[in-house]
Amino acid sequence: MTGVPKLLRVTLGVIVIAGLIIVPINFNRYGLFILSQWAVMTIAAMGLNLTLGYAGQVSLAQGAFVGIGAYAAAIMTSQGMPLIAALGVAVVLCFAIGWILGYPALRVQHHYLAFVTLAFSTLVFLVFRNEDWLTKGIYGISNIPRPNIFGIATNRPLPFYYLCLGSLGIVSLAVWWLIRSPWGRAFVALRENPVRALSLGIDTRRYTLMAFAIGSALGGVAGTLYAPLTQYIDPVPFNLSLSLDLLMMVIVGGAGFFFGPFLGAMIAVLLPEWLRFTQGYYLMLYAVAVIGLLIYSPTGILGILDRYLTERRARVASALRAVAKSSMEPAP
Amino acid sequence: MTAVLQVSNIRKSFGGITAVDGVSFDVQEGEILGLIGPNGCGKSTLFNCILGQLAPSDGEVRVDGRVVTGLRPSELNRLGVSRTFQLLQVFPKLSVRENLILAGQEHQGSMLSRLLGPSDAGLTEAASQMIAFFKLDHLAGEAAGGLSYGQQKLLDAAMAFMGGPRLVLLDEPAGGVNLTMLADLKERLAAINREKRATFVVIEHNMEFVMSLCSRVMVMAEGRVLAIGKPEEVRANPAVIEAYLGH
Repeated sequence: MTGVPKLLRVTLGVIVIAGLIIVPINFNRYGLFILSQWAVMTIAAMGLNLTLGYAGQVSLAQGAFVGIGAYAAAIMTSQGMPLIAALGVAVVLCFAIGWILGYPALRVQHHYLAFVTLAFSTLVFLVFRNEDWLTKGIYGISNIPRPNIFGIATNRPLPFYYLCLGSLGIVSLAVWWLIRSPWGRAFVALRENPVRALSLGIDTRRYTLMAFAIGSALGGVAGTLYAPLTQYIDPVPFNLSLSLDLLMMVIVGGAGFFFGPFLGAMIAVLLPEWLRFTQGYYLMLYAVAVIGLLIYSPTGILGILDRYLTERRARVASALRAVAKSSMEPAP
Repeated sequence: MTAVLQVSNIRKSFGGITAVDGVSFDVQEGEILGLIGPNGCGKSTLFNCILGQLAPSDGEVRVDGRVVTGLRPSELNRLGVSRTFQLLQVFPKLSVRENLILAGQEHQGSMLSRLLGPSDAGLTEAASQMIAFFKLDHLAGEAAGGLSYGQQKLLDAAMAFMGGPRLVLLDEPAGGVNLTMLADLKERLAAINREKRATFVVIEHNMEFVMSLCSRVMVMAEGRVLAIGKPEEVRANPAVIEAYLGH
């Protein structure tokens, strides 16, 4: 966020990170499960934010990539292979499939593209459900082992939460690097004005495919963590509703803002839990809250902050202009 | 002298309508060629055919003797052919400096080196020089969308020069720009032409601007070349007066 003083930003960052490490130490099993889920979904949403928020390519298939990553992890680790190998396979597989899924985006855009990716999403779901020999179909894969990281077992909820949090940290740094690199600028150019981007030498075709491939690979990363988190997977969690959930996280948090997915995933994963005290009404309240937020700020939570900072900058600039003008006038 | 741009017999039809009908001309290195003609005579379509935005139905375009017909606009741009558009095409959310860095970044290194290298692709200095050259210093950090129309036009032109192009095609650079800024723009273009030996083709309706800036002028009417020559010759040509300039 430009406009927030650097010291404040660093202090805030340190407090949040320290809080994420220290506060959950006394959480119960369920609380840690929810927080781990938040970290995993944030990774997947960051991928979609890259494809949709920065590069402007609509995708309703992010949930399918989480599924591909999860099945890769479940199948491989059940066979005794290490999770890191499954991670490698999931990333390469999702990158390649994401790249191919990007080709339709070179021809169709917006809701037409949404339908293409939706069809892909359905296709992947059917593979999970029908190809029993590989995925065990509707019975799912159970007893998915949790990994040992540097000799430390992550069977207990707290170490596994730290694994998710650490992964989120690494992914965040990588994505941060990507969007502040010339690639990030090219992605924004692709979203804002592809014709002009092309005339400035930007290979829009390659950047579009890259946006899909990298975003999908991050979905795969999230999936490889999701499988050992739940320790049981079947096709149902990876149907279209997960893709829609991830899309909502990106939009509610603020599409095209770096921290959007963190907040969006918080709303999508944590808010329903906090609203549980209302019992039967929690999902209704949750839906109303989301509708209300998007009416108030169509650009999401970070859109509100961005609007405030822009207004403040404009006020400061016009005040400076007024001062400059008055100092140019002759003294009375 | 070598021709930077050679256009031979370009034709472009949309269904039954022939927008550009067999246009041929050469542009020499360091030249500023003005392109004028009534609305709908095919000037912009010709530009789009030269730049790979549209595929010509027939004909050939060469840049520095190399056939470039069929190349994508991005490939052509990296070969040193740059353009501006008739309507404003800056990136409103990016700052002035970011717009210029974006305009230059694809001319540096490979895609991988851009990913791993510095955020500004090493172009902050070059962008600052361009900002100073177009007298936009006080606006460098402002979002481009917040600039006045004339300032955005200047930025738009500046972006076309970031990659150090050999040939620049400008589509109505003076449209909607006030007189002071117009003089500024003309002076800047002339300076780049002089100092960098950059070659221009300029579409423009402002006759004063064209006649004083351009070394040669080409007049189009109904998709064809009506006349090409020195500004004063073209101005005196009876066919041109009839079709475009008026009595």
